[in-house]
Amino acid sequence: MTLSRRYLTTPLAIALLAGTAGASASEQFGANPNLPEPQRGLLPNMTVPEKAAWNDETPTVPDGYSITAIATDLKIPRQTLVLPNGDILVAEGSGGHAPKLKPKDFIAGVIQAKGKTSVKGGNRLTLLRDADGDGTYEEQMVFADGLDAPYGLALIDDRLYVANQGSLVRFDYEEGQTQASGPPELVTLLPSEINHHWTKAMTASPDGQYLYVGIGSNSNITERGMEAEVDRAEIWQIDAETGAHRAYATGVRNPTALTFQPGTDTLWAVANERDELGPHLVPDYLTSIQDGGFYGWPYSYWGQHVDPRVKPENPDKVESAIAPDYSLGSHRAPLGIAFSNPQVGGEYSEGVFIGQHGSWNRADPVGYNVVFVPFENGEPAGDPVDFVSGFLTDDSRTRGRPVGVSVAPDGAVIVADDLTNAVWRVTRDDAGSVPPAPAAANDDSAAMPESDSSMPETEPATPEDKAFMPESDSATPDNSIDMPETEPATPDDKAMMPEAPSDTPNEQSDDARKEPATTAT
Amino acid sequence: MIITCRPGTRFHSMISRGSAVNAAAETTYRRGLNPLHGVLLAGTFVLFLAALLSDYAYLTSYQIQWATFASWLIAGALVFNGLAFLCGVLGLFRAGNRRRGLIHIALLLVSFVLGFINALMHAMDAWAVMPTGFILSIIVTLLALAATWIGFSNTGAKVKQ
Repeated sequence: MTLSRRYLTTPLAIALLAGTAGASASEQFGANPNLPEPQRGLLPNMTVPEKAAWNDETPTVPDGYSITAIATDLKIPRQTLVLPNGDILVAEGSGGHAPKLKPKDFIAGVIQAKGKTSVKGGNRLTLLRDADGDGTYEEQMVFADGLDAPYGLALIDDRLYVANQGSLVRFDYEEGQTQASGPPELVTLLPSEINHHWTKAMTASPDGQYLYVGIGSNSNITERGMEAEVDRAEIWQIDAETGAHRAYATGVRNPTALTFQPGTDTLWAVANERDELGPHLVPDYLTSIQDGGFYGWPYSYWGQHVDPRVKPENPDKVESAIAPDYSLGSHRAPLGIAFSNPQVGGEYSEGVFIGQHGSWNRADPVGYNVVFVPFENGEPAGDPVDFVSGFLTDDSRTRGRPVGVSVAPDGAVIVADDLTNAVWRVTRDDAGSVPPAPAAANDDSAAMPESDSSMPETEPATPEDKAFMPESDSATPDNSIDMPETEPATPDDKAMMPEAPSDTPNEQSDDARKEPATTAT
Repeated sequence: MIITCRPGTRFHSMISRGSAVNAAAETTYRRGLNPLHGVLLAGTFVLFLAALLSDYAYLTSYQIQWATFASWLIAGALVFNGLAFLCGVLGLFRAGNRRRGLIHIALLLVSFVLGFINALMHAMDAWAVMPTGFILSIIVTLLALAATWIGFSNTGAKVKQ
């Protein structure tokens, strides 16, 4: 590195080495991020933090919240899904079969291995259960095995959909089930050639008719050829029944997590943008997804900023490119998204949680945390705030890397961590004792889960029964990790719709029954 | 790794043993370049040239595969270039014409350094390689040609009739 620089004194070389120059670009948050000029030194900026141990420490959460690891020794956990009875499904695995293209890929592979777990991906779904509601997930079972890098998870009624890296499959699911009753049924194949970006994020539409699957690009910026990008960098809308699909949105480089905004038909995504344009380009983003929208990749970024690395150019496409809603900052690698609910409490009641895997493509590491983006009136309002942090050590090593985030109806925030190989659970210390939700516009909806918990419909059940029927549990209201639900879908729906109109409760309930209990990816 | 090169730059005088030769004539033969050195030099030039042609193909077709070819060809050329440089250095100790030998290895050194920069250029994604990568490929190919030319002609022999 330094060796090569010694020779570079010509103006040409100075131009080539511009890599470390450039202002800090301050913080690139929000709708109008500061976008500096592209820059790239002769050597790409790359810093892969090495692994570090936790040594009995835990990630940092805000005052009034606690975090515990509810599952450890997993095999590369990526995304989680909270089932109606409170069980948590974890998709584990690692995909991609992109051949090494250039000499640099061999070198990069060696460097990147430093920052990855040495565990082999599980290719399975693990089910976590807290049968007695004490916050300890004492049961950890393999729900399904022999999958192929499963990532996206969605439940529609009694069908559990799993997006492998190359196929969308479904299992029959009965509440309380701990193991799949058989091999899954293929719904449709998904693009998997090369699979440079292999993660197939998924969520279900509120009416349960469609699944939305994110298909990442097959390269950083078309260096594997345009032919490799057919059906890539798209979000597919897939008929859950037939498997038929259409491209719902295009030009999204790597849509790594999808979810619906509660109470709306608006699909939201986080996406990872392109590398090697400098430490402050291109911002990864959070955005609502417009039907038929084109979001720029590969021709341009953040609207009409043309990427000079793409030939042949396509000015028409550039012209049509939509700028995303909200910048999360460059290279933070958001991989998880989940809307909050009033049960989370405090300032975290309205907004989205975003799991950020953390950067490799800039000198000083950023990301490596779960941030909260506050919302107002259904739109992002304000800078992201750290919700779970402390993954990076002071000497720039990292103990964990957050991936998928889910918010349980009881307000617990579930974070998968594919370096620690654990699932973290963040709970509010006074959860269940004080009706939270200052942001709730509607007292009824905010209070609904609470009142449910105080009105158990059936008699107290044995722990075993509870596991299968948590809605019948007799939990005390101050038990923070309870899942008070009369009806799986309804409180969930309510809780996640603080500003939902209160004049049509019945209609909402009807809709909610059709809605997947949790739309976390 | 030990590479033994006999660049053949030593002034080498042989008296023909052929019976048909006039005993009064002393003929001086130029000893050829050491074959390994020759292969390495020729390979350096040809690989850099192939990379240049691949770059040109990418430049005119936008077909990314050509840029990938160029990347590997440059990597191969650097291996040959490096070994040829070592041969040249070893040859210095045997050289009759030290000045030419120095020019030879100086050219190889410059082509290696620029070739390495070119390899880094070619590690960039897609069109980011261009046009600098193409320009560097031209320069490096010319340097390799010059080094090869001098290497093959610098046998150190001063032919005296």
